[in-house]
Amino acid sequence: MEAIVLKEKQEDVDVPRRIGVYVCHCGLNIAKTVDCPKVAETAAGLDDVVVSKDIGYACSEPGQQQIKDDILEHGLDRVVVASCSPRLHEPTFRQMIQSAGLNPYLFEMANLREQCSWVHMDTPDAATSKAIDLVKMAVSRVRLLQPLKEEILPLTKRTLVIGGGVAGIQTALDLADNGYDVVLVEKRPSVGGTMAQLDKTFPTMDCSI
Amino acid sequence: MTDVGRHPRIKLHTLSEVVDVKGYVGNFDVRILKKARYVDEKECTACGDCAEVCPVVRPDEFNLGLSSRKAIFSPFPQAVPSAYVVNINECLGHNPSVCAKCIDACDKGCINFHMSDQEIVESVGSIVVATGLEPYDPKELDEYGYTRFENVLTSLEFERLINAGGPTKGEVLRPTDRKRPRSIGFIQCVGSRSAKKGGNYCSNVCCMNTVKGTLMLKEHYPDIDIKVFYIDIRAFGKGFEELYTRSRRLGVHYLRGLPGTVEEDPDRSLRVAVENTATGKLEIHHLDMLVLALGIKPASSTQKLQEMLGLQLTPDGFFLEAHPKLQPVDAATRGVFYAGCAEGPKDIKESVTQASAAAARAIRLMHKGEITSEPITSQVITEHCKSCGKCAEVCPYNAITVDVKKKIPAEVNAAACAGCGTCAAECPFGAIIMNHFTDPQILNQVEALLEEEPKEKILAFACNWCSYAGADFAGVSRLQYPPNVRLIRTMCSGRVDEKFIWEGFEKGAPVILVSGCHIGDCHYIDANHWTEKRIKKIHKKMEKSGIRPERLQLEWISAAEGIRFARVMERMEALRQSVTEEEIAETIEILKNRKK
Repeated sequence: MEAIVLKEKQEDVDVPRRIGVYVCHCGLNIAKTVDCPKVAETAAGLDDVVVSKDIGYACSEPGQQQIKDDILEHGLDRVVVASCSPRLHEPTFRQMIQSAGLNPYLFEMANLREQCSWVHMDTPDAATSKAIDLVKMAVSRVRLLQPLKEEILPLTKRTLVIGGGVAGIQTALDLADNGYDVVLVEKRPSVGGTMAQLDKTFPTMDCSI
Repeated sequence: MTDVGRHPRIKLHTLSEVVDVKGYVGNFDVRILKKARYVDEKECTACGDCAEVCPVVRPDEFNLGLSSRKAIFSPFPQAVPSAYVVNINECLGHNPSVCAKCIDACDKGCINFHMSDQEIVESVGSIVVATGLEPYDPKELDEYGYTRFENVLTSLEFERLINAGGPTKGEVLRPTDRKRPRSIGFIQCVGSRSAKKGGNYCSNVCCMNTVKGTLMLKEHYPDIDIKVFYIDIRAFGKGFEELYTRSRRLGVHYLRGLPGTVEEDPDRSLRVAVENTATGKLEIHHLDMLVLALGIKPASSTQKLQEMLGLQLTPDGFFLEAHPKLQPVDAATRGVFYAGCAEGPKDIKESVTQASAAAARAIRLMHKGEITSEPITSQVITEHCKSCGKCAEVCPYNAITVDVKKKIPAEVNAAACAGCGTCAAECPFGAIIMNHFTDPQILNQVEALLEEEPKEKILAFACNWCSYAGADFAGVSRLQYPPNVRLIRTMCSGRVDEKFIWEGFEKGAPVILVSGCHIGDCHYIDANHWTEKRIKKIHKKMEKSGIRPERLQLEWISAAEGIRFARVMERMEALRQSVTEEEIAETIEILKNRKK
């Protein structure tokens, strides 16, 4: 059964896509070095790219709205956002395309800020060529991305706190007072940590214990 | 503190250490080693009769050796649990009993030498790392004379001296003559803000700790002469500046400049030579006692935990958060959070704030009672599987079952699979699909980047957690490096399949870099071991077929190593320039023939 599904997926590869590309200026963070309109223009000429635009702030409310509107208007089935690191905003954009009815995994980012504009400030032309390449790579990848489904797993409502100093104690009490069970592990014979050795503490100058 | 001991929802294990963590977010299995206390924790009333008869006298660690304790002792009066403990290495012997005086003294019969270390297994859904700090050891900074002169104390020793519950009941006395000092000096930044010794970071708490010390001294002894030697006084928190001005108003002398040397006078007081940078003059100060404001170092257990939980460290050795502004208490590993000095030096207020934040983040994760797993997992194409067992062998999570003897094809347990993709890279039959990082998806990227002028470009694979994050860090730090590098992100370097490399070279790549987490830091336990092995294998094949092996490089770059990332890219560029067009053409020819 599984194998059949996979086979279908592979065949699915040749079907034409409807890809939207959005090149973010990030204010001047990207646009100061990278020629964003040029990147968007070049991307517009790539296979399967239906819409390609440069955009002030892709992550802002109006930026996201514009992408969502395009998804519906142009029937986009995949989206590339060329902006910052996916480690920062991938979850934001996945949520956004999901709210427009797409599977969140049909999305790819090209990292123009951390990998182009911020690190090649003195060579804007080279930074722009690199940006174009990164967008090309993202488009070539997004074309093959497949919808994926998240699984729901059981979870143990219990927390291990390692260390019984002031931080560990506070965490344990906050969790426990909210109704969560806590296992507190302390290597010394008593909790208290470094704090217990202090007398008065600033700024209130009162006792630490 | 006492609340922790009696809260019905808190299970407290003291004398305990975490020795192993298995599982994943929502479902961790934790092995804890609980050392024997030799005293029944619940029955002991901390009456102290046992310690009275104990003949062994040892320095008291809690008072940093400024007082003594017995081999059976209470760590400190307010200890939680409020029970005595036996240091079994110091005890005269119990098997056979050569002393056993304490056993006779305890009316309730709480002492039991038959207790043994226990191993406890606990299941939890989330983990908060609050392992605290280690004070800097000033022995290496011996120009301040800590090892040579008895009247040079650390800030923690001073803390115990001025503490009403300390060995002198709050009376500040000179260790050599037990007289009250008429003058005290404080030296700031001991082990902090120094590129040579200790850490080069600011330890955050020492300035205010010293200000507090001066205020307490002035409160106890208004006529005492106090001098503070400093670089800057960092009184940046709410209410801090007021305390600092109060201290100055009370006549504490703040002197800008760190001492060069400390020597002892015949009367055991100290001679401090310092360049006052405000006046530019060399000054000699005579002081009865000197206090070193110790910096904060990461706890000694940090490294072990880091390996166990697959966490990352900053170059200073503290735990690295997932994002310095937006996720300051989250670890990059899902379900793990930080609180207190484990993440970086901080004061009590900040530690408490962060602890509450960590609790809230853990609750946010757990409150639904279920967790959505990332679908980025691997999948077996059963009909292609030859049941060779390679995938099961390389899987760091034992998430794959396959019966090699009975030839039952491999199956992936999606809940246990973390998505490193090592199995897909190692499968000799292409029978494993790594979802979201499939072969065609990655090969498409390789092709796209080498489509135009491949000889000008550097193809680099980077793992999501370390090397790609290292590139991000280079970006955030505005480090400039050659602009012809093109990164392809995979979750783990273990995903980088041999065929990606051959494809790259065949499409005309002059050089290829594979980068991942340092060995021991892999986000997928030890998947990067397989990366290392695979690259060695490819190097051999390259050599055999006449391709210069140096053209494929393997580098470990951590999330904190932005500088290293930039350097590696510069090296790759130098290497790229050494590759001629003829060499690339020859490689393409070799690889094409190989296929035939």
